[in-house]
Amino acid sequence: MAPKEPIVGAPALRYEGEAKVLGRAKYIDDLHFPQMIHGATVRSKFPRGRITAIRYGEGVPWDEFTIVTWRDIPGENTIVHLLKDHPCLVEEIVNHPEEPIVLLAHPDKALLRKAVDAVTIEYEPLPAVFTIEESEAPDAPVIWNSEAGDSPNVFKTYLMEKGNVDDVWASADYIIEGEYSTGAQEQLYIENNGVIAEYTEESVTVWGSMQCPYYLHHALQLAFALPEEKCRVIQVETGGAFGGKEDYPSVIGCHAALLAMKSGRPVKMVYDRLEDMAATTKRHPSRTRHRTAVSKDGRLLGGEIEFAIDGGAYVTLSPVVLSRGTIHAAGPYNWPNLRIRAKAVATNCPPHGAFRGFGAPQSIFGLERHMDLIAKTVGITPEELRRRNFLQPGGSTATGQLIKDPIDLNGMLTRALEESGYHAKRAEFTKTNPTSPIKRGIGFATFMHGAGFTGSGERRLNSLVAIEIDDEGSPEILVSSTEFGQGTNTILCQVAAQTLHIPYKNVRIAQPDTHRVPNSGPTVASRTAMIVGKLVEDASHNLLTCMRASGLLEETYTPEQFCHAALAYKQKHGELRATARYQAPGDIFWDDDKYRGDAYPAYAWAVYVAEVEVDTRTYMAEVKNFWALQEVGKVLNPVLAKGQVEGGVAQGIGYAIYEKCVWKDGVMANNQMTNYIMPTSADLPPIHVLFEEVPSIHGPFGAKGIGELPMDGPAPAILNAIEEATGVCFNHCPLLPEDIFDKLANPTSISADSSQLQPAVAGPVFSGTTS
Amino acid sequence: MSIITFTLNGSQVSVDAPPMTRLLDLLREHLHLTGTKEGCGEGECGSCSVLVDGELVNSCLVPSLQIQGATVTTIEGLGEQTHLHPIQQCFLEKGGAQCGICTPGMILATHHLLEKHPAPTLDEIREGLSGNLCRCTGYMRIFEAVQQTAKLAEAGK
Repeated sequence: MAPKEPIVGAPALRYEGEAKVLGRAKYIDDLHFPQMIHGATVRSKFPRGRITAIRYGEGVPWDEFTIVTWRDIPGENTIVHLLKDHPCLVEEIVNHPEEPIVLLAHPDKALLRKAVDAVTIEYEPLPAVFTIEESEAPDAPVIWNSEAGDSPNVFKTYLMEKGNVDDVWASADYIIEGEYSTGAQEQLYIENNGVIAEYTEESVTVWGSMQCPYYLHHALQLAFALPEEKCRVIQVETGGAFGGKEDYPSVIGCHAALLAMKSGRPVKMVYDRLEDMAATTKRHPSRTRHRTAVSKDGRLLGGEIEFAIDGGAYVTLSPVVLSRGTIHAAGPYNWPNLRIRAKAVATNCPPHGAFRGFGAPQSIFGLERHMDLIAKTVGITPEELRRRNFLQPGGSTATGQLIKDPIDLNGMLTRALEESGYHAKRAEFTKTNPTSPIKRGIGFATFMHGAGFTGSGERRLNSLVAIEIDDEGSPEILVSSTEFGQGTNTILCQVAAQTLHIPYKNVRIAQPDTHRVPNSGPTVASRTAMIVGKLVEDASHNLLTCMRASGLLEETYTPEQFCHAALAYKQKHGELRATARYQAPGDIFWDDDKYRGDAYPAYAWAVYVAEVEVDTRTYMAEVKNFWALQEVGKVLNPVLAKGQVEGGVAQGIGYAIYEKCVWKDGVMANNQMTNYIMPTSADLPPIHVLFEEVPSIHGPFGAKGIGELPMDGPAPAILNAIEEATGVCFNHCPLLPEDIFDKLANPTSISADSSQLQPAVAGPVFSGTTS
Repeated sequence: MSIITFTLNGSQVSVDAPPMTRLLDLLREHLHLTGTKEGCGEGECGSCSVLVDGELVNSCLVPSLQIQGATVTTIEGLGEQTHLHPIQQCFLEKGGAQCGICTPGMILATHHLLEKHPAPTLDEIREGLSGNLCRCTGYMRIFEAVQQTAKLAEAGK
């Protein structure tokens, strides 16, 4: 008999929650191995140059230290991601500040710090570039070049075309241009990057805080020239990741393993906050340029979008970040004609990497700010502009993907604006703002986010999951999908429990260990609930089929009968295990060359509304209230889903008005929590989370992806609201008080900026570009 | 080295450690209580929060010599596997813990807040927890957990 209450859709308690609230969950820095010593990294203190000498200073007992340089690497000197341009340790040419050159290990942490400071790197400087503009300048020094890249200083380009945009300009009533940019953002997981490595009998094992054990597993095989069975990676409890532990653990993991190999002892490497913020990846800075042809009744006739991201010194994941950003640059709108040119450029900053949203928050920021500019120019409300251009079922996206799901963006917009009291507030603020030093505003953004790997990505991943019966007769889920706060453990156990008709508490999930769990793909790209969840559902069905075929399980059964049948099967056959491998849906087609087709199996859709106040005396902007309405398919666990959205919105508010990375020649100058400001409990407004559920055939019980979506909307919604409040247009995030001061306190800068023009004087060609 | 004697989670302990050892390291490395976490090492994030004589402190900023004779409570002193402290139970039920790394500090901060304000307003909660950073939750589930704990305590009176 099935449990009476449904498990999927109910607030099952977090699987590992008890250990976490008791403080008993063991994170990497909580583990101690016998004979373990500590590792540290000597890094470049200059952006680009040729190393001429490495000097080990006096006053340090160097003979007690394990010292590793690139010469100690048994395999290839590379941290493999998409290309092999990223060295594990610098051989000769340094390409960014904080680049790893020498590794040291010693039992005494305090002495280790002293030793790191005692190593001097002598070098001849080489010219460097630090921004997109510097990298693309015609006279820029070539800092990166590879046959695998597109051109000097360019890692990757995409060209996406729909219709014929060249024909639309002549017939357009308005041509509206704008330029938008976003800064880097630090993931700021509260637990820094850390690993422990052990090397014994020519095999290497790394335990660590990470999202993707199989990424590090692959990186180790290349760096150590070892076969896969000699490399083992085990994820331990991970204290936040947000993309920041997608690619970077391959670096720190290989480093610790090299020190373990040379020292013959287990080596722990845990970064402190300063090192983690200075040396590890951040969200790519970006620039989006729009040129849009619009009819006088506010219909998008066509557009040209140029999207550029700063990838830092090595390719790492930039091409895939660029890909997601490119596809999301067109938003949930109907574009009859469109051309998107996108590029990821090289600079001499530490490589930028994955961060929740993965390129989409950047390009969506540009588009949703631009939509408000278009509305203003045409003389209709931001709401009306979107209503006239929303994608509808039966319509097609920028990649030509047919919208099959019964999505109702108009209905969602109506609901979000009603819930937030948008119209009444807009009217009220218009009345009160002229006489108040505190300007209030309300704005919104409408957007979508694709779930799963882009295009043919899931087909290539070829994910596999397994379910095995343990010695107590309980099913145990075996996946490489990791828990780092999002709820992976809980939702996958819910899906298995509901499918197997047994209580949630009877299902286990294994610690991700590459020796034990199959590769269910990386834990990224809003793919775990939808793609891996579906595979867990399939594997659960396969398990039941197997048990029923053996005659041990009736059509209906109690949890006790399930357990007895499972144990009986195990006794008879030795083991009871079922698997499920990803099968690409038959109706999904993607052309990698033309970038056309079904970019994602399913999208989540959202309308986010922000209410803000800008104090014209302090130039401080604050978000006073926030509504997040989204359609994410079936909500598997309402408490966890709400938590995901609220946390994403909080990071989005940080992205909009608090979190600024200050760069000085490729070095993050504010690499500490004291002066890189993330929102505290006192800074955040109430966040009202609203769901609509349109089940998708692609996910378990109709679920779609949810993790990245909430990062996309807050920044444009907030800056749209700030423009409503102040009448001044800001097109860069983060927007801190000093940035607001720059424009508000300097009226000449406003009048010189054509984006402040009112529609009546805009004329047929309207440029929002400030320069 | 010097002998530091204090009351830890109800029991007296003596540790031989350099007097400038951070209380955080004394707990984690000398006493193997790893529930107290290091997030930033500069008193900004609150992950290492513990109670010293009932006051909430960042243990990364406290030299051990300062706790001579003091009473220290860490997350390990709050609840047990078989019997979670009500704050822990409410954090679990309301989704107040996601990745869990800030959770021990956040729970101790909540304990401290509820001692001062047994029925806190939302503003008092926002203010009371503002020294403890959480990157996962956006704090909303944590606020609910705190309110739920206060409500249970009120009902249990």
